[in-house]
Amino acid sequence: MIDLSPDAWIAIGLSFKVAAVSTLVLLPVATALALMLARADFPGKALVDGLIHLPLVLPPVVTGYALLLLFGRKGLIGAFLDHYFGIVFAFRWTGAVLAAAVMALPIVVRAIRLSIEAVDRKLEEAAGTLGAGPVATFFLVTLPLATPGILVGATLGFAKSLGEFGATITFVSNIPGETRTIASAIYTASQSPDGDLEALTLSGIAVAMGLGALVLSEVIARRSRRAL
Amino acid sequence: MLEVDVASRLGSFELNVAFSGGEGVTALFGPSGSGKSSVIKLIAGLAAPDRGHIALDDRLLCDTSARVNLRPHRRRVGVVFQESRLLPHFSVRHNMHFGRWFCPPAERRIEEGPVVETLGIGHLMERRPETLSGGEKQRVAIARALLSSPRLLLMDEPLAALDWERRREILPLIERLRDDFSIPIVYVSHAVEEVARLAARVVVLDRGRVVREGAPADVLHASGADTGDRFGIASVLEGRLGAPDVDYGLTPVDHPAGRLWLTGVNGPAGRSVRVVVRATDVSLATERPKHITIRTALKGEIAAVNGTGPQLSLDVKLEGGAILVAAATRRAVDELGLRPGVPVFALIKSVAIDERPV
Repeated sequence: MIDLSPDAWIAIGLSFKVAAVSTLVLLPVATALALMLARADFPGKALVDGLIHLPLVLPPVVTGYALLLLFGRKGLIGAFLDHYFGIVFAFRWTGAVLAAAVMALPIVVRAIRLSIEAVDRKLEEAAGTLGAGPVATFFLVTLPLATPGILVGATLGFAKSLGEFGATITFVSNIPGETRTIASAIYTASQSPDGDLEALTLSGIAVAMGLGALVLSEVIARRSRRAL
Repeated sequence: MLEVDVASRLGSFELNVAFSGGEGVTALFGPSGSGKSSVIKLIAGLAAPDRGHIALDDRLLCDTSARVNLRPHRRRVGVVFQESRLLPHFSVRHNMHFGRWFCPPAERRIEEGPVVETLGIGHLMERRPETLSGGEKQRVAIARALLSSPRLLLMDEPLAALDWERRREILPLIERLRDDFSIPIVYVSHAVEEVARLAARVVVLDRGRVVREGAPADVLHASGADTGDRFGIASVLEGRLGAPDVDYGLTPVDHPAGRLWLTGVNGPAGRSVRVVVRATDVSLATERPKHITIRTALKGEIAAVNGTGPQLSLDVKLEGGAILVAAATRRAVDELGLRPGVPVFALIKSVAIDERPV
């Protein structure tokens, strides 16, 4: 069996929890954004597109710092959420979810957008002439036909969320059992004098999980290409 | 009753058409690029006109001055597209039920049983669209549109993507559904045979304008002259089936100007039929030729010579009054001295005749 400290196992479990919740939160948000970018024309579309993709090009520490400013206890949105809804992100595992989701958003939106753009609009037109309104057409035609791309987006988002580090540690720090995910645990281990083996083992696990998710998304993509 | 009066500009193409459609089939006929499909899109609500109005019975579908423009799903107008557009993730059955789900129960006039039977698709119900042949797809698409119980059915070149054999199979089905389900149809085609066979009324379009409209027999023989397409000119003759010659596999059609021979044994004697003859399949002779394989020669006289180029079209007034159009070179017309009043025999290759029940 893999020889790991109890803390490392907790970090692995936490990473899975963070990645799973992040993926669940991402899917509806990314689908809505992808639909908007794929099908709507509005002023400022390029700006919205740019904002979504920003975490891809910014140093993760900048994204994390921005999250801290916005969603910290005294932050613009954070103070509001805390006061009215009692929702706190700062230094909680939910903050790690937020950081992971923001960092994964660009690749998830991109995958879903491509699959929505690949749906033949003529089929949507046909559904309209058969009496289906825009909402029914979305759920009965567009969404099912885009499902393979959405699944690919979900696996990519999950993989990205599993390994997020920079924005997470900046935003919610590195608290064992609360915000110490695999990536933070590797960092911690690598910084301690006798943590080499643990850092190496955890790194191996991270590689295995990331690779597994990427292979899975490729399999889904290939299957769906064959089905269509 | 459908009323269309719209103008629309798409790039350099200008559409400006007004026509009305009644019961039965109204055919929009014209060469490709004449704006037929654009008109279908406007009626279905898939595009909006720059100005004008479209009304169906007492319902305004679109009126730019009243700022009315119903979305496609509120129009209750069914469409059969050239490429069947079946939903690939549903079975045939679910494709067919799709429109039905969205039709208010009180308005469901058309039942599944008769539609499935008329179109002969009962055995396809559990199949996926990608496993169907082109002809099967189109039948399912027609059934799907019908089952949404539309107040008007638009058919945009529904047979254009099919081979000749398939067309011959499906055309009678469209005829049957026209008669069985009493649903007004707007049928777009550039195939003169389809139009002649199905339509009660033909609207001829060219370069975005209506150039002619009326009954097929009155309109089709002149339509090609309007659009400069001599292969689009055809005449519609009406006659009665005679007793078939079973040995040779031929059936006569008696017309006041003579006998036409159809290949095959076609239906009971005495039945009225419509025969479509393309102008390019008609030759003219000033006396009855004897040693020739063509067995159909109708008597008439030249009524008019149309055209100025090397290819002319001649209107022949047949005995009995019908007009038959023949294509000929200007040189042949000059050498035979063909001009209005000259008696002629119109020779029609029997294979070129296609029988259309009236």
